Amino acid sequence: MSQPAWTEDQPIVSIKDVHKSFGDLEVLKGISMDVMKGEVICIIGPSGSGKSTLIRCVNALNDIQSGSIQVEGQEVNDKALDKLELRKKVGMVFQQYNLFPHKTALENIMMAPIKVLKQDKAEVEKRARSLIEKVRLQGKENAYPGELSGGQQQRVAIARSLAMNPDIMLFDEVTAALDPETVKEVLVTIKDLAEDGMTCMLVTHEMGFAKEIADHIYFTDRGVIVEHGPPATFFEQANDPRTQEFLSQIL
Amino acid sequence: MLEAFTEFFRTLAEDHPRWNFIFFYEPRQWARIVKGFQHTIVLSIACVFFSVVIGVVGAWMQSSPSKWVRRIVQGYIQFFRNTPPFVQLLFFYFALGQFTPTVTGPDGWTEVPLVSNIGWAIISLSFFAGAFNVEIFRSGIEAVPESTQEAASALGFSRLQTYMDVVLPLAFRVSLPALNNNLVNLVKTTTQAIAIAVPELLYQSVSIWSDYPSAQYPTMILLFLSFIFLVGILVLGMSRWERAMRIPGYGG
Repeated sequence: MSQPAWTEDQPIVSIKDVHKSFGDLEVLKGISMDVMKGEVICIIGPSGSGKSTLIRCVNALNDIQSGSIQVEGQEVNDKALDKLELRKKVGMVFQQYNLFPHKTALENIMMAPIKVLKQDKAEVEKRARSLIEKVRLQGKENAYPGELSGGQQQRVAIARSLAMNPDIMLFDEVTAALDPETVKEVLVTIKDLAEDGMTCMLVTHEMGFAKEIADHIYFTDRGVIVEHGPPATFFEQANDPRTQEFLSQIL
Repeated sequence: MLEAFTEFFRTLAEDHPRWNFIFFYEPRQWARIVKGFQHTIVLSIACVFFSVVIGVVGAWMQSSPSKWVRRIVQGYIQFFRNTPPFVQLLFFYFALGQFTPTVTGPDGWTEVPLVSNIGWAIISLSFFAGAFNVEIFRSGIEAVPESTQEAASALGFSRLQTYMDVVLPLAFRVSLPALNNNLVNLVKTTTQAIAIAVPELLYQSVSIWSDYPSAQYPTMILLFLSFIFLVGILVLGMSRWERAMRIPGYGG
């Protein structure tokens, strides 16, 4: 069952009618969306609406019951899928950073390229150092996660993901655990990435940020996409009462 | 200097017959102690090593997706934890030992078992202590957050890589105090090998005081001090290791 090769004019992530349940609880009830290469999309919505579950399905951390998710034309929900191949393409950053606490910032970034991609150590280190610079953490190379602030840890986590040279980055409420001052430094890092042309899917509660960087915004509630559109129209002319209510509480 | 030392103990034994430190002035008895000490050290190092390996592998198998692998590990733990190590040793040597093949000995004409009594002592004690180590590592593994492992798999780590590079190094740090206790116990339990005539320190000591009853107290004192010394080295090594593995800003 070979599929036609994926080309860049097709969606890099294509989600079609995805259903996902945890036991009896149906979390995703038929979600569809397309993301083009270089696009930044933000998924917003109340807690428990399935936002995080959805992006966790994109790199197969969660499986789905029905529907289809394709990344660069490759079906994710396929038992025979090589998860390593998928995860080389899709980087992910978590709410709780999830750094390896026994490794320094630099080692955290270098570990996956060396162990998983079997790349040359010296070359990886060079790249890791430039990534540290990119996320503005010069001087923290040898600090352990426990010695870094939340915002700094999250930027290391972003660099760690980028070290795998992914085509797509997933951000799962990456600023939700941070205090307001450090939120900004992480958002600036993500904005740099987006401006460099990285395809990004973000689950976020930062509406101002979503408005600023997103090409497309999706509002989910109770497992369905209620409304979506480019930020200009989405924020100004939300039609659905649920969206309006949510936005009125947030903004 | 050495002469004065041996002379002192020789006179002591003559003046006070209960305090015959015979191994300090008679070279043959000293050689027995040295041989016993060597065997005890070999047993201890081998058992510590293999029991830790069994612990690491067993804890890995306990998280296997296969129900049967998990059951086998569980069965192993239940058997070795709930039966006396002394009985296990006798079982290994006398029951299993009968079924192991023999090979021609070094003299060229006698048949000797493939696994010697020292071999059986190492196997039996390693499995015994290993059962506890599996449980010790498991509790350490359970302390590693699921989310940290998830981050590793999101980076493309396989299950084995996640275990070796992320889970185990963190679990080890949590497990060290409990592991320490178990290994101390293991070193002391090596004396049970006397039951299958492994010439370790207790075996040699008993031989000495059977031959020279006047040497009984001194030999017992030597035994106690030797184990205090051996266990002391182990504990010192473990706490150094613990300190070396401490991560700034993580844990206690």
